[in-house]
Amino acid sequence: MKTEIEKPARPIHDSEDYLEQAIQAEYKYGFVTDIEADEAPKGLNENIIRFISAKKNEPAWMLEWRLKAFAHWQKMKEPNWANIKYDPIDYQDIKYYSAPKQKIKPGSLDEIDPELRKTFEKLGISLDEQKRLTGVAVDAVVDSVSIGTTFKAQLGELGIIFCSISEAIQEHPELIKEYLSTVVPITDNYFSALNAAVFTDGSFVYIPKGVRCPMELSTYFRINAENTGQFERTLIIADEGSYVSYLEGCTAPMRDENQLHAAVVELVAMKDAEIKYSTVQNWYPGDKNGVGGIYNFVTKRGICKGDNSKISWTQVETGSSITWKYPSVILKGDNSVGEFYSVAVTNNYQQADTGTKMMHLGKNTKSRIVSKGISAGFSNNSYRGLVQVNKNASNARNFSQCDSLLLGDKCGAHTFPYIEVKNSSSMVEHEATTSKIGEDQLFYCNQRGMDTETAVALIINGFAKEVMNQLPMEFAVEAQKLLAISLEGSVG
Amino acid sequence: MLKIDNLQAGIEGRKILKGISLDIKPGEVHAIMGPNGSGKSTLASVLAGRKDYEVLGGSVEFLGKDLLDLEPEERAGEGLFLGFQYPVEIPGLSTTNFIKTAVNEVRKYRGEEPLDAVKFLKLMKEKMALMNIDQSLLSRSLNEGFSGGEKKRNEIFQMAMLEPKLAILDETDSGLDIDAIRVVSNGVNKLRNKDNAVLLITHYQRLLDYIVPDFVHVLYKGRIVKSGPKELAYELEEKGYDFIKNEIDAAELADQVAEINK
Repeated sequence: MKTEIEKPARPIHDSEDYLEQAIQAEYKYGFVTDIEADEAPKGLNENIIRFISAKKNEPAWMLEWRLKAFAHWQKMKEPNWANIKYDPIDYQDIKYYSAPKQKIKPGSLDEIDPELRKTFEKLGISLDEQKRLTGVAVDAVVDSVSIGTTFKAQLGELGIIFCSISEAIQEHPELIKEYLSTVVPITDNYFSALNAAVFTDGSFVYIPKGVRCPMELSTYFRINAENTGQFERTLIIADEGSYVSYLEGCTAPMRDENQLHAAVVELVAMKDAEIKYSTVQNWYPGDKNGVGGIYNFVTKRGICKGDNSKISWTQVETGSSITWKYPSVILKGDNSVGEFYSVAVTNNYQQADTGTKMMHLGKNTKSRIVSKGISAGFSNNSYRGLVQVNKNASNARNFSQCDSLLLGDKCGAHTFPYIEVKNSSSMVEHEATTSKIGEDQLFYCNQRGMDTETAVALIINGFAKEVMNQLPMEFAVEAQKLLAISLEGSVG
Repeated sequence: MLKIDNLQAGIEGRKILKGISLDIKPGEVHAIMGPNGSGKSTLASVLAGRKDYEVLGGSVEFLGKDLLDLEPEERAGEGLFLGFQYPVEIPGLSTTNFIKTAVNEVRKYRGEEPLDAVKFLKLMKEKMALMNIDQSLLSRSLNEGFSGGEKKRNEIFQMAMLEPKLAILDETDSGLDIDAIRVVSNGVNKLRNKDNAVLLITHYQRLLDYIVPDFVHVLYKGRIVKSGPKELAYELEEKGYDFIKNEIDAAELADQVAEINK
């Protein structure tokens, strides 16, 4: 069975002066850090890949792996099935390597360049371990490289490895060789192949058997340099019976050019292990006329490899001019569980085509999808999701809920659910709603003393609550504010 | 407190209120009655500042300010409360959170510090006891899945929390059975004092058995055609709106005939 349903956007109200009106959301992370960078020239060819590999001092097998991916990428075509429109990307006009030049390679966090430290302070992320009260370990990545990881020693005592992926390639090659590209093969898709060829950094996590990671692990990605693409690669392995909660956040300066971000994230959950992966994506969305912004083409996939394992994706997507992203779970182990909770906000001319894939292979596997799309301005917001139940996945269960909320009458919300079921004992449910912020709701709030902005924030947060509840406490409040800021000025 | 002078208003080019004048003083309860389509709810909406309605003439003064010049949220800040005939649902937003935001936004307007969680809960407990309202109602999503009676009780509870100077209750009794009317009316009566005022808008006299008005006004075809003490409500109940309608329509007809004969 295969279905494709499209719900066209519905105009929500005719009253010109009330619900219409776009926009004036200020992006507050749009500053540029003035720091010298060590960069590769623009363009993409084998030499650039050799350059990156050499910069990273990588072993020969790693370079070979990259070149193989590059050879494959050259034969591939950029996908065009998503519900997004953009000018062709000139892959030769991008710099594939840019590292902030630090006078000496930091031996410890204290030696990080003060300018960079300031950047992260402005972003509300302190690299100062002592001052951190929230109990969150951070790996900070600027452009192409990781500039430091906090709480490394404390985590090390439990046998947890949390470091940049470059470091892992040097220090833990056996783990990299065993797991890298086992979930997202280098040939998987156009952007993942590109990533494999040119990725420059990212995070690596290994949680040993039976260990429950005592703090949230997080990576903060920052694009700083101009004309640079960011291609990070993250690999998280939760060994038998372990647990980890991981969060990533992202921002970028405001620029008129579009910048490309093509990341790959792979998660591996062994028997009885659980990985919770949360994203607050706030890349620069472009200005109110749709100029500039990040092109966010990301491949995220996890495998529930062992029985009784669980992978849960939570994402709050407010940034980027284009978001193309489908965090997925391969439910291979029996009784394994996959979850996807998403809030995607688009405003002005932003476009998002996002959703998930739940692939049921094992018996008694369960998946749950909760997607909340909020569109405003002239934006387009699409949910695209695949639920696949294979022949042997007896008693598989899926529940999907896709809700769209429209603000104004010039934006669009679309739902593309794909369902493929090959086992008759399975049960798949899909529910979808489309609603609007009504004039009645706003007037009701106004009459209780709230201005329209406050009212919209309340209504939006109510709409997105089921997903926000999944976020770790430390980030839930921040994410709520972000939702409100992203939609500022979208209702007049 | 509220002085309405020759107010004319309409919607989508259609004139509905054709010159309303009304004077409400602190401590008073006024009831506006009238048949369907007479303009009762339009009056409530215009006073609260609903944007689809257009004011075509006249003035409204509220506590010394030009009410028509204020945004809806500013009117709320000044102490005007509208109990809705059809309270809206907001899924996912807890009633408590909604009320807390409302209370603190109104405080902000008045230049007062917001209530912290402890003080807010204390106030809420106090009003819950007074209004005889259950915690479980307040932790649910705002009005979502509420019965008609629960929605109206929630309106009166919000009124208790916001302590308005003037409460306009638009058809608060519509769709309620007699027990629910009693509960809601008790709430309103407990909140009455010498400094605040209530404007009741209702189709039926039965609400006025529970909330006894000082004045009753009959609205018909966008005008107040008759005003009097509470006894007027009984007369209406007894004779129906037809007796007013006939009176007015006969007078109108006589005018028209006189016009033609001239």
